[in-house]
Amino acid sequence: MEYALALIVLAALVALVVVRPLRRGGHEEHREQTRIAELEAAKEAKYREIRDAELDHRMGKLSREDWRAVDRELRAEAIEILSELDRLEGRSPEAR
Amino acid sequence: MAGVGSACLTVALLAALYAAGASVYGALSGRRKWVTSGRRAMYCVAALCVAAFVILEAAFLRSDFSFALVAEGSSTSTPTFYKVTALWATQDGSLLLWATLLGLFSSAVLFLTRRSLRDIAPWATAVLGCVGAFFLLLMVGWENPFDTLAVAPEEGNGLNPLLRHPAMMIHPPMLYTGYVGFSIPFAFAVGALVARRPGADWIRATRRFALVAWTFLGTGILLGALWSYSELGWGGYWAWDPVENASLMPWLVGTAFLHSMMVQEKRGMLRVWNVSLICATFVLALLGTFLVRSGILESIHAFGASTIGVQFLVFISLVIALSVALIIARLPDLRSEARLDSLLSREAFFLLNNLVLVGLCLVILWGTFFPLISEAITGKEATVGPPWFNRLTTPLALVLVLLTGIGPVLAWRRMTPSSLRRILLAPLLATGAVLVLLLALTDADESLPSLLMFCFAAFVLTVVGQEFWRGAGARRVVTGESWPRALARLTGRNRRRYGGYLVHAGIAVLFLGVAASSAFIEQRDVRLSPGESFVLGDYEITYREPTARLGGDASGTGAPISFGAVMDVRKGDESFTLRPARNFYSSSDPALGTISRFFEGEATSEVDVRWGLRRDFWLAVRPDIASLEQPIREADAKFADSSGDVQALIIAALAERYRNEPPPAAFRAIVSPLVAWIWIGGAIALLGALVAAWPAPEARLRRVRALYSARLGKELSRA
Repeated sequence: MEYALALIVLAALVALVVVRPLRRGGHEEHREQTRIAELEAAKEAKYREIRDAELDHRMGKLSREDWRAVDRELRAEAIEILSELDRLEGRSPEAR
Repeated sequence: MAGVGSACLTVALLAALYAAGASVYGALSGRRKWVTSGRRAMYCVAALCVAAFVILEAAFLRSDFSFALVAEGSSTSTPTFYKVTALWATQDGSLLLWATLLGLFSSAVLFLTRRSLRDIAPWATAVLGCVGAFFLLLMVGWENPFDTLAVAPEEGNGLNPLLRHPAMMIHPPMLYTGYVGFSIPFAFAVGALVARRPGADWIRATRRFALVAWTFLGTGILLGALWSYSELGWGGYWAWDPVENASLMPWLVGTAFLHSMMVQEKRGMLRVWNVSLICATFVLALLGTFLVRSGILESIHAFGASTIGVQFLVFISLVIALSVALIIARLPDLRSEARLDSLLSREAFFLLNNLVLVGLCLVILWGTFFPLISEAITGKEATVGPPWFNRLTTPLALVLVLLTGIGPVLAWRRMTPSSLRRILLAPLLATGAVLVLLLALTDADESLPSLLMFCFAAFVLTVVGQEFWRGAGARRVVTGESWPRALARLTGRNRRRYGGYLVHAGIAVLFLGVAASSAFIEQRDVRLSPGESFVLGDYEITYREPTARLGGDASGTGAPISFGAVMDVRKGDESFTLRPARNFYSSSDPALGTISRFFEGEATSEVDVRWGLRRDFWLAVRPDIASLEQPIREADAKFADSSGDVQALIIAALAERYRNEPPPAAFRAIVSPLVAWIWIGGAIALLGALVAAWPAPEARLRRVRALYSARLGKELSRA
């Protein structure tokens, strides 16, 4: 009896929680919003790489030539990410 | 409340299945509402599992023996701390712990990714829902922790005495947190494969979970080793036992994954390798849980034969088959974005360290399952012992420690040989100096593997020290900060890098302890009467007097009877006293006599250790209670129906007799050099992992973000 009663009450509570988004009208996340979040994370990661390379150079692990080449490559990748972010957010590069 | 607990599990099972179904439907149809609904169902799974967990804990705390599980694993005399932890000492309870942790971890990661990974997250939710449903189904269908007894007994069986050790009671949740934690990157890896999004997004989203899982699993393994060292009475911390191995294997492959995922994150390489590694880690985590509970391999840790072995085997087989099929189906999507620029790069050495780690895991896997393999082929069960494991794993461990030192000095992408020579000069000189000192001042040359390990550990520690010193120095040139501030800022700004270096230092220190304590251990087994002495190395040990304690031993395990010894230990001017003991727990076998049942249950060693940074002095005693057998038999016959008070008086009289007429007792003494550094190394590695996993402060991130955005924005506008 205790089991059956608890089962009904708990199942009803869970149903309330999971059905709520199905009953809500309209509000759908846009694909762009999630893509922007992913790009922000990718941007952070790229910045970290740029900083890492700079630190490696300052510590003598990367020669100036190697660091310049790596840094150029990383910045180009970062710029690609920023460009896509700008495009998704409807901004021009100058607006940044 | 048992009914409510059972209902929680049933509804949680339905919710997990719904989460999987709704998420898949949402992903296929593009209707995000269903994905959100599925995510919410996983939150419900977590809440229901937590509720079930709390109900069961409450039953343990109030010693409600109408719960079969409480009657089986606890008693009124079990100390409160052990009542709380007795839940996961049982099979059903540990399944509930797995499901609860999975619910909480899943909820956390799904909440954090609710606005990102739009394509991957629904499939990951489905995977997590299926894994959760499997564990809940095991409980609902076969091992319900809320089973009740028709007639509640007045007293429970009590907690397995071997488990009455603080480390052992924290060890299972740590291991399970590790196992469960790895299910998060596994689920997102599968999600990325299904959604054909094999980039680094899933790695970035779950990196921290993988690191936390690795940390917990490692801590759990170390706590298990500490338990073995200080509770089991044999004096070692690692016996290559199948269940120990089962926890080490996912940790090794997880370590490989933590390194190789950085290569994918930074270079877009090793994609097939990474998804394979995380799938293997998850399968090994399941295997670890299965081995503890199935009893298919003989182990001191396998607590009873299980009724769910077949179900586990089917599930593990399914996970392997589906993972392999999915990886093969997605091979064209998993092509690398880049190629190795140079063999002298960090990514090249990460690949090498991965091969060594996976090699170690394969050796251990083969040795662990050899009894089953040999039985299947020859019909006879043959085992491989510690010497086999030591012979094969020692060279790999040496290479691994060496790589632990080389990795940090290398730069990503490429490095010139001249830069490498310059950076390696100081560590190599320091290692050479350590080698000369060891050869001149110690007996380290008696064991070549240990000598090499000492040198490699010195190399790693010098490299890590140099990394901090050079990094802080470079920062000071730019900022003019003081050394302490530069060091703190450097670590704070580069937590992943310097946290990782601390982990490397910790691992080197840990292996230093392992090498010294395993190669230069001194051990002696003797049998002594009070007043007699023996010598071990520079120590002279004297058996001063026996002890007999009733109700409440010194370790707080709640043992009713504890016989031991007071031992005086002298080494030159230094002297100290140790009090090892052996605890006797009552048997619940009704066929035994009223008094003899107090001595016929489990007995555990309460080792006494003089801990030290240079060496531990470890002592265990095994009292000979054969001299008490005759009076015990007489008491059984005379006082068969006696009350509890009378029984207590008789036990007290027997204890008095043991004290006054002590028979010779067996002792094991061990002098173990540098063993403390295993635990210290583990603590350093744990600290490093916490530094690496700790999120960077938001304010600082924003500032840096603004700085770089402005700089790159300028370049963009020029382009």
